[in-house]
Amino acid sequence: MTANLHLWLIPLLPLIGAAINGLLGKKFSRPAIVAVALSFCGAAFAMALWIAAQFSSLLTPHLETLASWLRAGNLQIDFAFQLDQLSLIMLLVVTGVGFLIHIYSVGYMWEEGGFYRFFSYLNLFMFFMLTLVLASNYLVMFIGWEGVGLASYLLIGFWFTKDSAASAGKKAFIVNRIGDFGFLVGLFLMIKHFGSLNFDQVFFSVGRLPSTPETTALLTSIGLLLMVGACGKSAQIPLYVWLPDAMEGPTPVSALIHAATMVTAGVYMVARSHVIFEHAPLALMVVAIIGTLTALFAATIGICQTDIKKVLAYSTISQLGYMFMACGVGAFSMGIFHLMTHAFFKGLLFLAAGSVIHSIGGEQDMRKMGGLRTKIPWTFWTMTAATFAISGFWPFAGFFSKDAILWKAYSSPFGSWVFWFIGVFTAFLTSFYMFRLWFLTFFGEYRGEQSHAETHAGVPAPHGDGHDNEHHGIHESPKVMLIPLVILAVLSVTGGWIGSERFDRFLSPVFHPGATTAILGEAQTSVEPPQNQDKEHGASEGLLTTISILAAFLGFGLAWLFYHQRPQLPEEIAESLGGFYRAVANKYYVDQLYAILFVTPLIDGSRDILWHSVDQDVIDATVNSSAEGAERVSDSLRHMQSGNLRSYAGWVALGAAAVIAYMIWTGVR
Amino acid sequence: MLHLILFLAFGAVCVAGAVNLLVQRHPINSALSLVVVMGALAGEYLLLGAEFLGAIQVIVYAGAIMVLFVFVIMLLNAGEEERTKGSRVALLFGVPGMLAGSLLIAWVLLHSDMGSVEVGALLGSPKAIARLLFHDFLLPFEVTSVLVLIAIMGAVVLAARSEVAQPKQEKEN
Amino acid sequence: MVPLSYYLVLSGILFASGVTGFLIKRNLITIFMSIELMLNGVNLSFVAFAAHWQKLSGQVFVFFVMVVAAAEAAVGLAIIISVFRTRQTLNVDQVNLLKL
Repeated sequence: MTANLHLWLIPLLPLIGAAINGLLGKKFSRPAIVAVALSFCGAAFAMALWIAAQFSSLLTPHLETLASWLRAGNLQIDFAFQLDQLSLIMLLVVTGVGFLIHIYSVGYMWEEGGFYRFFSYLNLFMFFMLTLVLASNYLVMFIGWEGVGLASYLLIGFWFTKDSAASAGKKAFIVNRIGDFGFLVGLFLMIKHFGSLNFDQVFFSVGRLPSTPETTALLTSIGLLLMVGACGKSAQIPLYVWLPDAMEGPTPVSALIHAATMVTAGVYMVARSHVIFEHAPLALMVVAIIGTLTALFAATIGICQTDIKKVLAYSTISQLGYMFMACGVGAFSMGIFHLMTHAFFKGLLFLAAGSVIHSIGGEQDMRKMGGLRTKIPWTFWTMTAATFAISGFWPFAGFFSKDAILWKAYSSPFGSWVFWFIGVFTAFLTSFYMFRLWFLTFFGEYRGEQSHAETHAGVPAPHGDGHDNEHHGIHESPKVMLIPLVILAVLSVTGGWIGSERFDRFLSPVFHPGATTAILGEAQTSVEPPQNQDKEHGASEGLLTTISILAAFLGFGLAWLFYHQRPQLPEEIAESLGGFYRAVANKYYVDQLYAILFVTPLIDGSRDILWHSVDQDVIDATVNSSAEGAERVSDSLRHMQSGNLRSYAGWVALGAAAVIAYMIWTGVR
Repeated sequence: MLHLILFLAFGAVCVAGAVNLLVQRHPINSALSLVVVMGALAGEYLLLGAEFLGAIQVIVYAGAIMVLFVFVIMLLNAGEEERTKGSRVALLFGVPGMLAGSLLIAWVLLHSDMGSVEVGALLGSPKAIARLLFHDFLLPFEVTSVLVLIAIMGAVVLAARSEVAQPKQEKEN
Repeated sequence: MVPLSYYLVLSGILFASGVTGFLIKRNLITIFMSIELMLNGVNLSFVAFAAHWQKLSGQVFVFFVMVVAAAEAAVGLAIIISVFRTRQTLNVDQVNLLKL
């Protein structure tokens, strides 16, 4: 008999915190708000740790049903949660990194207005994200899915009085919605063909399907539709456009939602649905192609961005592409491994970037930074750790996960050397733009306007309305912001040391449930994973690893050359590349393209057709004209009440004659 | 044969009286025409054998009700009618409508075979009427007597002079 | 040997004349007399049918109609007198306080 872990408490605790802060927080003092937010989030983290401690004694997957929800014919969906190795890892990542970012936000947002609102939204986000990872059926996962989109919208548009922030929030939500539509249609297909949305039942049914062209087509459709949803949520081509705009939100938001947790929900969902994808090789190929292309595409844009947060945003898109590449070649556990290490170093990068921005009074343009390493040493060293991690240097965390992905991309039966090659090239680009950021921010001469000794009346503070510049000059961030940086830095260094084989073994009950006990019984016809079927390779793993390390060094070297030794080189090259450079710097004009293709026609159509023609001219006109018609009719009928006796008598006589005539007529027949 | 001639004679007088009522401008002339109509109708009743009713028609209708009308006309000194703007509906639709209706009815009636009536076919002697009245129709008889009582009271109240009413009200106040 | 329909047509003529008078005339009293004319027409119809169907209750009904007509005439004339006292006119077109 499995113990009752009260899994439902884990999402519920942050929800309570969100409710308290949201409803009553306006009257609380700042310490009180912080206490509420941190205690509930911390409690969730503590529960996660407690569960992890006793995890080995649990029978997995561990299901807990809270209450029954929907019952329609044969379809039954409950509020049910499950715990297995995959959700445990996600749980620890979400609660752990989330808790650290909560702590960081205390310092970052201390001088902002709407303090209680921010923490309420953060806790709300935690609730939805935890619902998502703990769900045991697709519909509860969808609640979390939609909810994190909502929280993202609220947090991106936190400074809603700023037009750009409000628009960015809208853009994020709408693009997400497009993905959600695909997700939903996929769910409908599942309901129709499998009669259930529970993970175990769906995967069981998928496993039992005979492999005919029709079933393969069905599974491919479901897989592709789920991928559409994942593209929206995890910012892959073609639905990635919201993520760079989402940088309008406060930096802790970018760290938590758009680096560590929400955008990884797509990867989690694809990994969770691995059974479906494994039975639909075409969908798997599409996942891999989208992931690889996105990785390359975003990396090329990232090398030309000047805003520090935008560089990190495109970097996130690119790294997410790696995760999808991993899933697409069947190495789901490697995708999750990279998800975990990415949460560490990308979260750290964003938080450190926030610390940098905070220290120079709100400036985000890297061209106005420089030489900061002596002035903000803690930030510098932690960010250095993260930069080396993301570039894939040994022995930092990113090396292990990225290298595992590249190896699998080459060697898996679903993979190919094309994926590997693009992945290595993208790793080179990643290293290049990250070290470019590193050099521009911390080395060289300070090019900005903040002075570091005298009182200054304020550079404009684009990252906050209420950020007053009482902190004169460039200063290190307060300890409450630095401690999470240090913790994440330690994780960025050590997080990969578990090694990809051990990680894979840990997750094998989820992805390769061949021999492990499960409640699915003996119908284990899931595709045997590609681990033992690595194709005959012409190159050994060691050679490929060496190449990827070389790529990282190459990127570092090039960045050192361009931005440390000869700073005038980049401009010369940019000018010589002319239009091509401009295209990349303008993000390939994708936003403009979407505006022409979709946004403008939609807005114009809505305004001209739906608003003017339909709403005004048809609906309003109908209502108005019926009112006018009633008015006209009553106006003419009014004359009957003339007060004139004789006219009344006349009407009576007329009516009587008509009735008599009718009676005679029918009587005569 | 004689029956038909008498019927037509009395009928012609009826119609003439009715038309005269419409044509005359002074109400007293109309009232007198109505008396003529009622007299002729009494004749028709006799032809149909309703002797009691014929007598009642003359005594009550022509003798009491029409006298009442004449009294009121004289009391109010109602003069000749003035020409005022009438009702378009009444003139345009009412009159033609009614005429058309009645023409239609007349046409239908005349073309249908309903049988004929003999002179004095049903003798409505006072005895027979009284037998019905006090046996089968006793309740309506008593009710109508109450109705007459109410009518008397109503007429007295409505027609009483306002000076008579006001001192009473002052006394009550 | 007069056909019943003749009586009915005569009755109809009287009734129609009553309605016409009601619609045409302007003097309240004349209008009231037209109503009496209508009643008379109906009475004739009743008596004719009573004779046709050999049922005396038709004549009794006429009796009641006459009683009601008497009561109605009394009350109606009383009302006309009141109207005359308040409006100082017997012209029905001028009794139009209900006009909008």
